Amino acid sequence: MNLNATLFAQVVVFFILAWFTMRFVWPPIMKALDERAAKIADGLAAADKAKTDLALAERRAIDELRKARETANEFKAGAEQQSAQILDAARAEAARIVAAARVAAEGEAAVAAQRAKETLRDQVALLAVAGAEKILRREIDARAHADLLDRLKAEL
Amino acid sequence: MAAEQAPTASEYVVHHLTHLTNTKQTALVDWTVFHLDSLFYSIALGLLAVFVLAWAARRATAGVPGRFQAAVELLVEMVADQAKGIVHSAHSRKFVAPLALTVFVWIFLMNFMDLIPVDLLPRLWAGAYAVAGHDPHDAYMRVVATADINITIGMSLSVLLMCLYYNVKIKGFGGWMHEMFTAPFGNHFLLWPINFAMQIIEFIAKTVSHGMRLFGNMYAGELIFILIALMGAAWSWSLGGAMLWVGHVIAGTLWAIFHILIITLQAFIFMMLTLVYVGQAHESH
Repeated sequence: MNLNATLFAQVVVFFILAWFTMRFVWPPIMKALDERAAKIADGLAAADKAKTDLALAERRAIDELRKARETANEFKAGAEQQSAQILDAARAEAARIVAAARVAAEGEAAVAAQRAKETLRDQVALLAVAGAEKILRREIDARAHADLLDRLKAEL
Repeated sequence: MAAEQAPTASEYVVHHLTHLTNTKQTALVDWTVFHLDSLFYSIALGLLAVFVLAWAARRATAGVPGRFQAAVELLVEMVADQAKGIVHSAHSRKFVAPLALTVFVWIFLMNFMDLIPVDLLPRLWAGAYAVAGHDPHDAYMRVVATADINITIGMSLSVLLMCLYYNVKIKGFGGWMHEMFTAPFGNHFLLWPINFAMQIIEFIAKTVSHGMRLFGNMYAGELIFILIALMGAAWSWSLGGAMLWVGHVIAGTLWAIFHILIITLQAFIFMMLTLVYVGQAHESH
């Protein structure tokens, strides 16, 4: 345990090494540590922001989907209403055409019946005249007369 | 081997505890003597410490750190946190925190030399000495620089110088002198000499205990390693006690494992006390 000049040499070495560390070791490491801390803080903030953004986007997507569904439903309802209207109109038109056709047919039938009646009436008159002519011709022959009448009867 | 006279146990221990010096020291205090071995290991390990740290610092990136960088960062952050808690001046910390880091790593490395087999480096040195044509009995070498009181007191003296510097810097010379004479007992002209004496004693006690604590621990550790080695050596000399060899292995293992704790703890304590003393220089009583 001798004291000697080693002591002072050690003091000098001590401060030189401390200076070296202060100059060349400490600042770069502290800088790296601080930068990394800042980076991590930024990363965490970005992650938080991304999370809120995602939640927002999801909410917006749900909104959009709901809106689209509503619009589609509206369109569907409109289309159904329109098709019902078109169907009703078509049905009414068909009924009207059927009715008109029936009226027209009935009218035609009546006219034809009338004409047939008139023709029949004309023919009856002609027959009557022809009958009368034959009767008149047979006035001379009573038998023949009765015979004609019988024949007329048979003709009717 | 048998032809040479084996050293006695006492010669062996003394040889191990003698420094390599430029001239032989006769007085207890002699300012012309240098312990060349202590200085060599102190400077070599100091340079190793700062260059390894500087290497890590140069490659340090803010990205994902490698294992080496992470280890250095762990160390730096530990020291930075301690410094922040103890020295309440960001400006002073710019110097004090790196200094504390240097002190911790440097002292750890110097203490670590204790874990190298106690005869290995001295034996190599003696061999080299003999090859150079000198008497290997004069080849002294102590590898644990912190087991040299000059080294530890040198460092605690450096810390004292820093304390004085920061006392003057922070409080001004007048303010510091005022504190020297009025603290700890109070401002009364009768108390001034007592206060001053107490302050001087405090500075001396701090510095001496700071250096002596590290020195004592490492000197005792080294001595125990030497004694354990002696136990193994006694087996080879006596041919009788094979149990001593087993004892050497067991004791050496246990002490080395325990010493891992001690060398780290002592390095940490020295660093913490450095910070505490410098921190005290920043606070007024």
